[in-house]
Amino acid sequence: MSGGIWVIIETRDQKPKKIAYEMLSLARRIANQQGEEVAAVLLGSGLGECAVELGQYGADRVYLADDERLAAYTTLTYTKVLADLARAKSPRLVLSGYTVMGRDLMPRLAARLGTGLFTDCTGLELDGQELVFTRPVYAGKAYLRGAAVGTPALATIRPNVFGIQKTDTNRQAVVEPVPVDISSADLRQVIREVMCQVSARPELTEADIIVSGGRGLKGPENFQLLEGLADALGGAVGASRAAVDAGWIEHRFQVGQTGKTVSPVLYIACGISGAIQHLAGMGSSKCIVAINKDPEANIFKLADYGIVGDLFEVLPELTGVCRELKAQG
Amino acid sequence: MNIAVLLKQTFDTEAKISLAADGGIQSEGVNLIINPYDEFALEEALRLKEKAGSGEVVVVSAGGPRVGEALRTALATGADRAIHIEDPALDGADEFSVAAVLAAALKKGSFDLILAGWRAVDDGSGQVAIRVAELLDVPQVNVVTAVAVDDGRVTATMDIEGGCQVVEVPLPAVLTAQKGLNEPRYPSMRGIMQAKKKPLEHLALSDLDLAAGDTAPKTKLICHSLPAGRQAGRVIEGEAAEAVRELVRVLREEAKAI
Repeated sequence: MSGGIWVIIETRDQKPKKIAYEMLSLARRIANQQGEEVAAVLLGSGLGECAVELGQYGADRVYLADDERLAAYTTLTYTKVLADLARAKSPRLVLSGYTVMGRDLMPRLAARLGTGLFTDCTGLELDGQELVFTRPVYAGKAYLRGAAVGTPALATIRPNVFGIQKTDTNRQAVVEPVPVDISSADLRQVIREVMCQVSARPELTEADIIVSGGRGLKGPENFQLLEGLADALGGAVGASRAAVDAGWIEHRFQVGQTGKTVSPVLYIACGISGAIQHLAGMGSSKCIVAINKDPEANIFKLADYGIVGDLFEVLPELTGVCRELKAQG
Repeated sequence: MNIAVLLKQTFDTEAKISLAADGGIQSEGVNLIINPYDEFALEEALRLKEKAGSGEVVVVSAGGPRVGEALRTALATGADRAIHIEDPALDGADEFSVAAVLAAALKKGSFDLILAGWRAVDDGSGQVAIRVAELLDVPQVNVVTAVAVDDGRVTATMDIEGGCQVVEVPLPAVLTAQKGLNEPRYPSMRGIMQAKKKPLEHLALSDLDLAAGDTAPKTKLICHSLPAGRQAGRVIEGEAAEAVRELVRVLREEAKAI
């Protein structure tokens, strides 16, 4: 019996994020091939209720570290609790989302455990007994397949890539409390202030639909055209580097090699020419629509559907139709 | 204030990626640059040193002979000295190995702050700087867009989902730079001339306090591949209103995307 697969469950407003379910489904599929255990690892405060339903998505066991000092994520507290637990239980594989938390936590945990980490994985499968990780390099211009040397292997999983299966509504996960042994050295990092832009729109990397704009928008005031369409579709707003460098929109909206890599179901590129760095960041989208007045624009070479036209005419029209559809339900 | 900047030489982001005959990534003829995120780190280090009025900025990099060019550029931009760790034993090194090597080099000095880009634009792995923080047992703040140092503590603003947060840690600490932190300066003519006289130290693994297992990789490469090329799809003709109706139809019926 190997040590099983762990999924670190990240929560928002006391509920697991979508990526948590995606990883549980992935872990379940792999575990079933080898009769392994899937454990969800839940750190936070007052998350007992949240633990119960994880069984339905594939967890056999929930390790629950419930402590006020874990209410907000900090690098050193979470690393300490997870490293202690991993040393005690020796899992074979530990997964976390490729999220703000996963990017900060997993390299630290990997270093503390003296182990390997695959970042931003878009593939994970068994080849015989060996776990094979697939991840983009050069922002998706190429892919790497690799395997871990030694255990536990660590990986962060790209959101929006793996499907969710609610496997067994009767599965009751065993909830096992985890000791929390935190010292003052683990509390060196202090969060002074959190500033959140209130937005009803989904996070760019998790969105199913992204409406993205570039130089063709001509100015910051025209991003409201994208916002209107994004809201009609329940999507997020993105931008090309050209629009960000022009100061029209903040960098956190940038898609591409020096911004975010996204894989939505639908990516609508408006007034984006399609520089190689941008294509690298969104080329794995399932369906790409390009709206651009230049028929020679690079973006048309990979778009599934294109409209050659003036986005200032096309976007309001498209937004109108999408609003009608939304109103019809 | 003594600041180390971890620097990586990467392919130009303009580079097209192809596979070499041995299945690896073709590097011949590719223009090499300083990882853009590391440029933000270097710029921030220079500004913090200027503000403190004393100390030095040391750029540290591990890699092959061409890394020397990147380090000279960093010196020309304003860094005081450079350390180049080069050793045939580093062929096939992974993040675990490189972090061990960089941490061992940093332990030879004494630094108040260690800065690096939050990820490199080549492997995009985003691990090495954080691993170094752990090996040095110092706190980290990842993906920062603003930094202030005061009285032995650093306050940094980091990106989080849907906003940002301000985090405080005691020095020494590791910070990783995000785009937006600053606007990096270019090397001046005078800087380029001065860089030739600035110290660039070469180290091999035997110069560092490392045990045999410390640098043995924890991951192995199976293969590289290129993504399946996307085909150009269909251009929908017609006036805006007509084209939009058709686009919505195909998105619902063919692509099932909305």
